[in-house]
Formats: sequence, C-alpha cells, structure tokens
Amino acid sequence: MSKPTIIVVGNGMVGYKFCEKLVAKSSAFNIIVFGEEPRRAYDRVHLSEYFAGKSADDLSMSSASWYADHDIQLHLDDPIQEINRANKTIHSLKGVTLGYDYLVLATGSSAFVPDIPGIEKEGVFVYRTIEDLELIKAYAFNAKNGAVMGGGLLGLEAAKALIDLDIKQTHVIEFAPRLMPRQIDAAGSAMLQSKLSALGLNIHLNKSTARIAGDHKIEALQFNDDTLLAVDMLVISAGIRPRDELAKLAGLQVGTRGGIMVNERMQTSDDSIFSIGECALFDDMIYGLVAPGYEMAEVVVAQLIGTDKAFHSFDMSTKLKLIGVDVASFGDAFIAEPACRTIVFEDTHKGVYKRINISNDGKLLLGGILVGDADAYNMLLQTVNNKIALPPNPEDMILGLRGGEQSEGAGVMSLPDDALICSCEAVSKGTICGVVNDGATSLDTIKKCTKAGTGCGGCMPMVKDLLAGTMKANGQYIKNVVCEHFDYSRQELYDLVKINKLKNYDLVLDHFGKGDGCETCKPLVASILSSLWNDLIVKQDTIQDSNDRYLANIQKGGTYSVVPRIPGGEITPEKLITIGQVAQKYGLYTKITGGQRIDLFGAHVSDLPLIWEELIDAGFESGHAYGKALRTVKSCVGSTWCRFGLHDSVSFAIEIEERYKGLRSPHKLKGGVSGCIRECAEAQSKDFGIIATEKGWNLYICGNGGSKPQHAQLLAADIDSKTLIKYLDRFLMFYIKTADPLTRTATWLNKMEGGMSYLKNVIINDSLGIAEQLEEEMQLLVDSFHCEWKEVVNNPALRSRFTHFVNAPGEKDPTVKFEGMREQVKAVW
Amino acid sequence: METIIDIEWVLACYVDDVPENGGVCMKHGHEQIAIYNFSRRGEWYATQNLCPHKQQMSLSRGMIGSAGEACEPKVACPFHKKTFSLLSGECLSGDDYKIKTYPVKVTDGMVYVGVA
Repeated sequence: MSKPTIIVVGNGMVGYKFCEKLVAKSSAFNIIVFGEEPRRAYDRVHLSEYFAGKSADDLSMSSASWYADHDIQLHLDDPIQEINRANKTIHSLKGVTLGYDYLVLATGSSAFVPDIPGIEKEGVFVYRTIEDLELIKAYAFNAKNGAVMGGGLLGLEAAKALIDLDIKQTHVIEFAPRLMPRQIDAAGSAMLQSKLSALGLNIHLNKSTARIAGDHKIEALQFNDDTLLAVDMLVISAGIRPRDELAKLAGLQVGTRGGIMVNERMQTSDDSIFSIGECALFDDMIYGLVAPGYEMAEVVVAQLIGTDKAFHSFDMSTKLKLIGVDVASFGDAFIAEPACRTIVFEDTHKGVYKRINISNDGKLLLGGILVGDADAYNMLLQTVNNKIALPPNPEDMILGLRGGEQSEGAGVMSLPDDALICSCEAVSKGTICGVVNDGATSLDTIKKCTKAGTGCGGCMPMVKDLLAGTMKANGQYIKNVVCEHFDYSRQELYDLVKINKLKNYDLVLDHFGKGDGCETCKPLVASILSSLWNDLIVKQDTIQDSNDRYLANIQKGGTYSVVPRIPGGEITPEKLITIGQVAQKYGLYTKITGGQRIDLFGAHVSDLPLIWEELIDAGFESGHAYGKALRTVKSCVGSTWCRFGLHDSVSFAIEIEERYKGLRSPHKLKGGVSGCIRECAEAQSKDFGIIATEKGWNLYICGNGGSKPQHAQLLAADIDSKTLIKYLDRFLMFYIKTADPLTRTATWLNKMEGGMSYLKNVIINDSLGIAEQLEEEMQLLVDSFHCEWKEVVNNPALRSRFTHFVNAPGEKDPTVKFEGMREQVKAVW
Repeated sequence: METIIDIEWVLACYVDDVPENGGVCMKHGHEQIAIYNFSRRGEWYATQNLCPHKQQMSLSRGMIGSAGEACEPKVACPFHKKTFSLLSGECLSGDDYKIKTYPVKVTDGMVYVGVA
C-alpha cells in the first residue's frame, strides 16, 4: 500500500515547521512541498539581520540536504496555480500536476500596500522577502533620506534596516497617534518615541500620506495636511494581507477582509485541506506572529497522526528588541481602570516605562507593558498565564526587590508544571524538568531533546534556572564540574595538578579524567598549567584555545590579528614607524584598541612568524591579546606633563604591566593607573585600578566593563607602591587559584561568600595564612616570564606549524578575501 | 552482488607533519580537507575543512576530543565551538549541519586521504 500524499503549499517558516514536526512524529506520509520563493524557508523574524551582516544561508531554517534527508520532495520557485478539489490534484506554474490526499495551505501573507497615488514609482519598496531586501539594499546605496510607512513592529524593523544601510536620515511615518498601536499604550509609545528619536530616528505621528511625489522616481511624500517630506526612498510596512487567492480560486471559504477560514482543527471548508500560519483566519483573527503559526502546524500534525488537538486563541504576548530598545507587552496589556488597578513606573532619564495591570482584589496579574527594560518579561508572563497569586507588594515585580536578598532561580521553580516556558516551540516546564530528571545535565541536551530555546532564544535564562533548580531538587550535587571528562571544579583540579606536579594535559587526563577531553577541559587545563608552571604554551599547542593555538586572535574569514605589547600605552616615534611599516608590508588593517595599543588585522597564518620577527627586531614583545592573561595597564599621562597630576601614573603603569605581563588567569585581566582623582585612565572599570592620592595610591579591585559594567571597589587607601604591589600579588594569585573558568574578577567577587570584607581580610589581614605563599607563587611566575613569540620566531620546528596547507606550505588560504574600506582593508566572507 | 567503490588514495603529508591530537589542512584541487591525528587513541580522521555554521575554513585548527559514554570522537570549530562527530560528520551541538568525512590510511610514515 502506498503512503498517503501530503502536499504543502508554501515554504515559509510555518510551512517548514509543519514538515519538521510531521517527520519527527511519523514516517507514514509522502510529503511534497511547493515554495514560491527561489530559496528554502528562512527566518523572517530576524530578517533585518540580513543587513547587519547575516547571509541568506545564516537565516535558512534548515541545511540544504534536510529535505532530501527526510525524503521530502521540495519544489522551489514554483508556486501552485490551481487546486482541483474534485480530483484532488494541484497544478503548478512550471506545469507539475500531482494528486494529494491532504493539502496544507501555508501561503503566508504579503505586505499590505495602500492605494496611494504614485505608489508605483521607482524607489518604493515593500519589506517581506530576501529579494525585497536585496532590492532595498541596491537602491539604498544612492539614497540619503529614507522613510518607512508604518510605525508598527515590522515598520520599526524596517527602519532598523535602513539605519544599518547607512541611510543618513531615516523617517517613520505612522497614521495612528502612537507607535506600535497594537502592542503598547500611549505612555509607553511616548517613551519608545523619545528613545528612538535620541538614536537618530525621525518619527512622524498622525500623518496620512496623500501622494507620492516625483517624476518617475520618488522624491517626496505629500501628506494630507499639505506638508511635504523629501525622501529618496520609501519602504512600506503598513500591515500584512493574507495570501488567500489560491484558496478563493478553489472555492474555499475566505473571510470578508481576507484569510482562509479554518476551524479549531485548522480544517478549511474542505476537510482534506488545512490552512496554517498567516494565511489562516481563525475566529475572525489573523495571527501575525510565528509562535501561533507553529502551534497551528502542531495541530495539523496531531490530526494527521490520529491524536486530538485543537487550536485555541493564542497568547499574543511578545518581547522584542527594536533598534536596541526592549519592548514587551503581555496578557491583557490595555485593560484599564476601573476594570483593574494599574501600577506604572516611569523613568524618563533612563527611558524606562513599565505598567502592570492587576485585578481589583490585588490577587492576580492581568497584563502589562514594558519599554526600555524588559528583563522581568518572562516572569511576568508566567505569572499571568499561570494565574500565580501576586506577592503583597506587586510593584516589586517591576521595581525589583529593594533591600533584602532573593534566592536566584526560586521564581521559576515555583511555576506549575504546565507553565509554558518556550512559547516558540510550546515547551512546558514539566517537559524541561522531565528531561533533566531523565539525566540531561546540559543546556545543549535540553535543546536537543525538547527544542526549547531554539526559536527566539528568549527563554534560555529560565531554562538554565530550571536545569539548576531541578538538579538541586533531585539532590544532585551541583558541583561546577569542568565538563564530562573531569569530575572536579577548576579549583580542585588546580590543586590536584599542583600537588601531583603534573606538567602536561594527557597526564592530567590519565590521572584525574576520563575519555579523550574536549574543547572545554583542554584550554582550562592549559590555563592551569600556565598559571602553575608558566611553560611555553606552544609546546602543547593542540590543547590551547583558538587564539592561543596560533598566538594571535582569529578573526572573520580565518585571518589573525596581531597586538604587540605597548606597556602603559607609552610608545616611541621609532616604534610607531615600525608598526606602520609592518602593517604596510603585510597589508594589515590598523586600529587603536581600547587598551591603548595598536591592533593589526588581516594577517595570514603563514605571515605571523614573519610579522613578529620584524616586530621583535624593533624591540616589541607579545601583547598576549590572544590569551586569558594580563592584557594592558592603561594610564593617563600623569604628573610628568599634566598640571593636575599627583604622581607619575605612566611610570607606575609600565612597572605594573611589566610585572604581570603574560600572567595566565581564568579570564582576561585589565588594569589602569590614574594620576589623580579625575580618573582619565578609567581605572575603576578595570580588574585592578590604581588612583594617585596626596599621600600615595588608592587600590581598587574587581571592576569590569563589558556587558555588565561594575565599578571596582576600594581595597586599600593611601598606600605606597611597595605595599600596593604586595596586595596586587596576593589578590591576583588568589583569584587565579580559586575562580571558576572564564570568570572575570567582578563575577568572582559577586559570587564570593562574605564578599569584599572577606576578600579584604584574606589580602590585607592574611586571615587564611596564605599571603606569603601567594606572594612567592606570583614571584615564580614573574621570574619565569618569556615572550612566546620570540620563542616561536627562533625555533624552526615551531615556526613550521604556522602554515595553512600542510601539503603546500607557501600557499595562503585562497578563500581569504579582502575589500577596501576607508583606505584600508576589511575581510569579505 | 558486491558493490565496489573506487577510492582514490591521495598522499597528504608525513605523519610527523600533523601535531599530536591536532589537525592540519590539506589542499586537494579546490577542496580543503582537514586531517586529524588522534594520537591518544592511535586513530586518524579527515573531514571537510569548512565549518558549515559560519562558512569558515577552520576545522583543521579546531580542538579534538570525545563526547559521551561511547567516546564519540569529535572536533570543535575554533570560531564558535560547534562540534562535529569525526565518524559520521553530524553536528553534536544540536544544529542541523553535517560535514563530509573521508577515510584515512597511514603507510610507512605517510598519510593518505581517500577521495571518491
């Protein structure tokens, strides 16, 4: 007996997801897919990333071989023209006629284009497909001013795209009196508007367009109030229109304002034809988000394999980042007093607006809106969906607890089992905890088993908390073990390696590990070995992390960047000239780094030893920019030149950088020295910061820039240079010995029981009795410093490792390509 | 019936050219093939050099290791640490990629890669 045939009309996100869900559940069907576009289904939600550097392939939902691997026939660039319901056949543009048992219409939607005089002019675009984007991109090249018609979610996405295309003046034209009228209220919109205006977007509300002016191409928009806006191009994003023309032609019932009518089983008026996604009209509503589309796909799959599942009105809560601004709306966002009570928090300084609507009895959360800071979204949404009783002070939910401690992750664990954690893939808390109970111990495994977090990824922090919480509840000892190969924490392994005097990775693995190692434990052990013995890392090159392997930072396209050490940021004219000459000779892109050094990009792997040979000849040393090691000690010019300077900050920065250069640690280390309280070296944002005072130096530790900036805290005030170095020795060595892998000093301190007062006690009062030992261990590392690049340059065997092709050593990777940019080069890839 | 697949063995390099528990890249016409010397297990593997995640010619510079109880040999791309089985070529990081694998043989200190 042959398998029943399912023909899927449309290869968008939902059409693809239907195939994925069906093949995962059953192999009893013969699946044939027709798509109108020339490429496989791609991620339309992240379309604007196409302009931010993602390729069409990056956005693809599946690999090229996926359809073939699952025996699915895929016809691209071939839209279905006709359905013959009597004979149960379809007919395509390219002339394919096939019979079906079931038909799934996933034809999606097209951009709604309003009927405005002049809309056909050159320079007017819609924003829907990769082809549309390519047209926009080509045209934007010669455009200075651009406008987007529509201030909704998609319109703002399109505006982001224009900004990414370097359009100088980008305008958003909205007919309604506020932005995103379907998601947020007037106050939220005002906040969003002021944030977006600050980012350079010109927003025009209450504007309806009367005419598109221009000769044959667009030159201006004329509005109903007779004002004129000169633009070179226009992108229309004024809503979507369901693609129901094929269904209409086949005599299926469609809505008066468009959309293929379906019941709760996604059946159309013909029960062997289903419709899903943005073309389907359920209960008088078109669902223009991807999550309900996936849910519809799931419902159809359930019908086909004989289980029962119905579609109910779908939660349209959403959280997104628009041009860098968080916007979220959840539950009943617009319900207002007297039907509920509303708590509003507004901070015009930071551009944050939060509103929650709670029931009149104060027990339940009904919905709300977040603009500018949507960190609380996941928990708020869960509280609405699961009807969780509100705390006595519900304002805490948007303001955070003020004072008092909160145990991390407890919030998520208190949710009921059916709480939906991943709404893209409809994965509940129960499902996630279930796989953890069945032995999953990593996020990757959970992703693989449940698909949670594989859509927008917004639920990952909750999944992580669930993993930790469930393991803890099961009495599983959550030790921060290194990876599957070592049952120890980094600190334990550090001690074991030290006591047993192990000097290479294989010995460590044989003694204390199992299996053959991996990309997690190899660099970690490499770092421990360096921190303990300070051997040349290239002797064990294959356990080093990507950048350490070639003593340079791997960059897009596979070339490397080179950073010579410039201690304290002080450099002679002669050395500057050398850097310029080397960069010229090897065709490198040069840029000043944040740490007062010069980075040279675009070096072929085989050129690295040649480049370094020249740099070393001129007196340079490795800058260790590739290592989890001390990077730079930034300095201001200090008392030698500055009229405010109290001490010579440059000399001291150089002394400190020379002392700790190349020091391997759990994560990178940065320092700074400022000559006075004006703090021009920004020392308080560093792992250690030193600021001159009238009486000596203040030492600050555990500061951090990066994604979670944190100011360094004062460890000791008004100390002399010698004491300062003693304290620094103790601090750095204690960090190196006890921190978890890839943990910066700030996070290390935040996790430390007792915090700063404990650390002060260890470093200054020697409460653990280890101060002397820490100083000795540091002195050993200082004394055994070597420039890694000098060793490589002078060792022919090590040098020969720096080749791309083993069988053609002189040849460079032909796939590396550059193009010009502002008189320099950049990688093409 | 017996199926005979014609494998052409191409000389890649000497055994000594490949670092222990590491990889090198070989040029074969327009193809780039990564060869791995899994010396800890006395095994050799070869795959395409291109990482399908971000289209980088990089796998030969990746770290090798093993995954799971069965000690599946794998390589991690140096760019974003996507891992691939050296046996099947399948992506072990939960993505839907698959890379090409090639047979390797070692005779008299010479490494050969089998191309179809």
